[in-house]
Amino acid sequence: MSKTNIKLRDPSVVMKLSRLGSFHQSKLSFLRSFIREFKEWNYKRNLFDLDKNGYGTAVYSFAKKGRNYSLVCFAQHIDPNERSDRVIATKWDAAFVLHDGVPTEEDINRLRDNVPKQEIGRVSYKELTLSRANKSVRVFEHVVDSLTQGNQPDKDLLSKVGYLYRTTAVYGSGKFGLADRFRIKDRKEIYGPFRLEMMLVYLVRQFTFDQVNHIAKSRNPDKAITLDENIARNLGIGNSTGLGMAPFIVNHPTLFNNWIYCREKALKDIRSIEYVNTDDFNLFKDCFNKSKLSIDSWLTDSQYQINKINSLKSDLLKFTQYLKKDCSAKIEYLWNKIYLWAEENLHEECIEYIVSMVMEPYDKIIDPLINEMSSEEEKYFNIPAYRKISELKAIIENHYKSIIKIDFKEKKNTANFWFISRNKEEPRVANRYEEYGSELEQPLAIARDTKLLYERLVKAKPTDTVAEFLLNNDDVRHVVRRAFIVEKFPYSEIQDNTIGASLVPIDMLRLKLSFFGAIKFDPRSDKWLRINMYQGAPLPHEMKLSNDTWVYNSLH
Amino acid sequence: MQSFSEIDTTSKRASKAAGFAWGIAEEIGKNMRNLEMFGLPGVKNLNLYLHKIKKNPTEKPNKIEKENKPQFNEFCPIYCGTTFLDNCKMLEALKSIKFFNVSYPLLFLPFLSRASDIIGKKISVEYEENNFLLSFDKTILFKNIKNNKVVSLAKEVSIEFLENSNSFSVQEWKELYKLSEKTFVEETESSKKIGAGAGLTDND
Repeated sequence: MSKTNIKLRDPSVVMKLSRLGSFHQSKLSFLRSFIREFKEWNYKRNLFDLDKNGYGTAVYSFAKKGRNYSLVCFAQHIDPNERSDRVIATKWDAAFVLHDGVPTEEDINRLRDNVPKQEIGRVSYKELTLSRANKSVRVFEHVVDSLTQGNQPDKDLLSKVGYLYRTTAVYGSGKFGLADRFRIKDRKEIYGPFRLEMMLVYLVRQFTFDQVNHIAKSRNPDKAITLDENIARNLGIGNSTGLGMAPFIVNHPTLFNNWIYCREKALKDIRSIEYVNTDDFNLFKDCFNKSKLSIDSWLTDSQYQINKINSLKSDLLKFTQYLKKDCSAKIEYLWNKIYLWAEENLHEECIEYIVSMVMEPYDKIIDPLINEMSSEEEKYFNIPAYRKISELKAIIENHYKSIIKIDFKEKKNTANFWFISRNKEEPRVANRYEEYGSELEQPLAIARDTKLLYERLVKAKPTDTVAEFLLNNDDVRHVVRRAFIVEKFPYSEIQDNTIGASLVPIDMLRLKLSFFGAIKFDPRSDKWLRINMYQGAPLPHEMKLSNDTWVYNSLH
Repeated sequence: MQSFSEIDTTSKRASKAAGFAWGIAEEIGKNMRNLEMFGLPGVKNLNLYLHKIKKNPTEKPNKIEKENKPQFNEFCPIYCGTTFLDNCKMLEALKSIKFFNVSYPLLFLPFLSRASDIIGKKISVEYEENNFLLSFDKTILFKNIKNNKVVSLAKEVSIEFLENSNSFSVQEWKELYKLSEKTFVEETESSKKIGAGAGLTDND
């Protein structure tokens, strides 16, 4: 039993958007857990049928004990004016699908007709994830030209961008005819969330390396060389992410809870360690020192992000001094001392950075949590309507303390609304008082609707059942359901107003992307950003011998 | 083929567009997924129903009793469903319940299936010669259903809560148990002493 009785952090602190928008990648991140899970699988390039310009079809796979996952890639020519990062594009340099099993020739032909069309194509229950990507033209051409001439590319240019291709969407879970999650959820290797999306992106990364090598060789068979593996390893896959991700964390409350809960549980368990092993403390310091180097290569034009990076840099200086002067493995409850000092002296961006870093030495704490990060959402869907109004009211007073204090009669607190665009069926946010369409608002104004529910509950008879209340209050049924979910899952709800004038939607995106394991958040506006995935990750043939701290090896 | 996720999302959005609140539309999305998973024509019925109520609104029950008749028109299967689901623990005491004039009754069914899961009892449902047995593991067994034939109005929907009971006699159980005993090994004095995990005395 811990002598210090350290508790989980209070959701009213952790679940604020500014805090969630300061999260960083960690040992819990999905792309890192993907590599840990699949490192023993057999990787293979099954087909590589590209023409001299790098257009054509390729298939890559991971296989183990009769199970096989295959990435099918289709690369094509597009005109420069057709190339767009936005989700509204209709043509891409390459399109990808992860097929469940070994695709037959018939499957590949079917997929060739559909996958490059993305949202307007159809795939089947035999496919698991779907994506597309565009070249980062200046880097891609530079790499191909250099290799063609027998030279390695300019590392400085590569480090500024960090990838050869950027994906603009990765779809899964039943979209466009893909397999529903229930069909595959019992497979042990995909217990962690988004594992197949992570696999797709990882294999796409290898395709981009093979493609540049192939084009260079085709252009100059005698002189061309292949991309140095040390350079390749330091390249990831870029991703442009818009608002599509934001509603996800509102629409999947139990899943969202499990992600945050596992992070909080890890922190609590680590803070509760009475005697820190010297090797563990040294591993932490090693990862920390290496990770700091990456901050300087974190480039962005966004003033919002520049401010956050500057705050992080200055706090990291403070923390480095503190670590040197006041910390040693001899101190009891060292991690707790570090955490409490950070809360006292640093800003959110750096506090959450340290929270991620302290997980590094603790496989035994982290690994069991990975499998807890999925959710059987259906189990918690039914409303326990036999319960009393007084109970529901108490839940709201307990779990939405700051939300019920917001005055939604003030215009600034209802400034925005979320909607689905007809064009691409994608979520968007707009000013309620300036733009058309607020009558078609999506149910993402959870704070406002919960406050409305609360106001009605105050007037209702406390001894009535929720069923009696719902008979005449259909319009708040969705938040009644959520209240009973948050009672069981305290980290399931953002403790902020998602329609207020001060909303920064990219905080919601960054939260999700940090769990993916993305780095180098580069906001291009307050509504979309670019990131990098798998930079520094082992190449497929290196996976078996890879170390989980790869993320700190070559970030700079 | 549409995925169940697409069926859920599109049914939810269409129901909201037809005038249901988001919280009700969420229920409908999940229900359509359940019906289609059992090969029942949920999407077909929902599509027809949502178009119908644009011109001919249906009624919401104010409370559920042993026998329920709409005041003027037809009952809405969705509101019958949410009201039943929300009150199912209390309704169980009625043992059997009848609804008269229910529009598109198939849409009522998944709510009853979920109620069966909540109360842990099987429910039997009958309308217009269609018979369903809803089990508490959310399976839906049915007979006389023809997928291409839509029942747009059930004059009477009969619902019965089935008590949990064995499907076999005491004698049949005894016989089966006796047979199972043949897998047991007769104990010797020595195996009694050393074969058990617990100690020989609890008085220490």
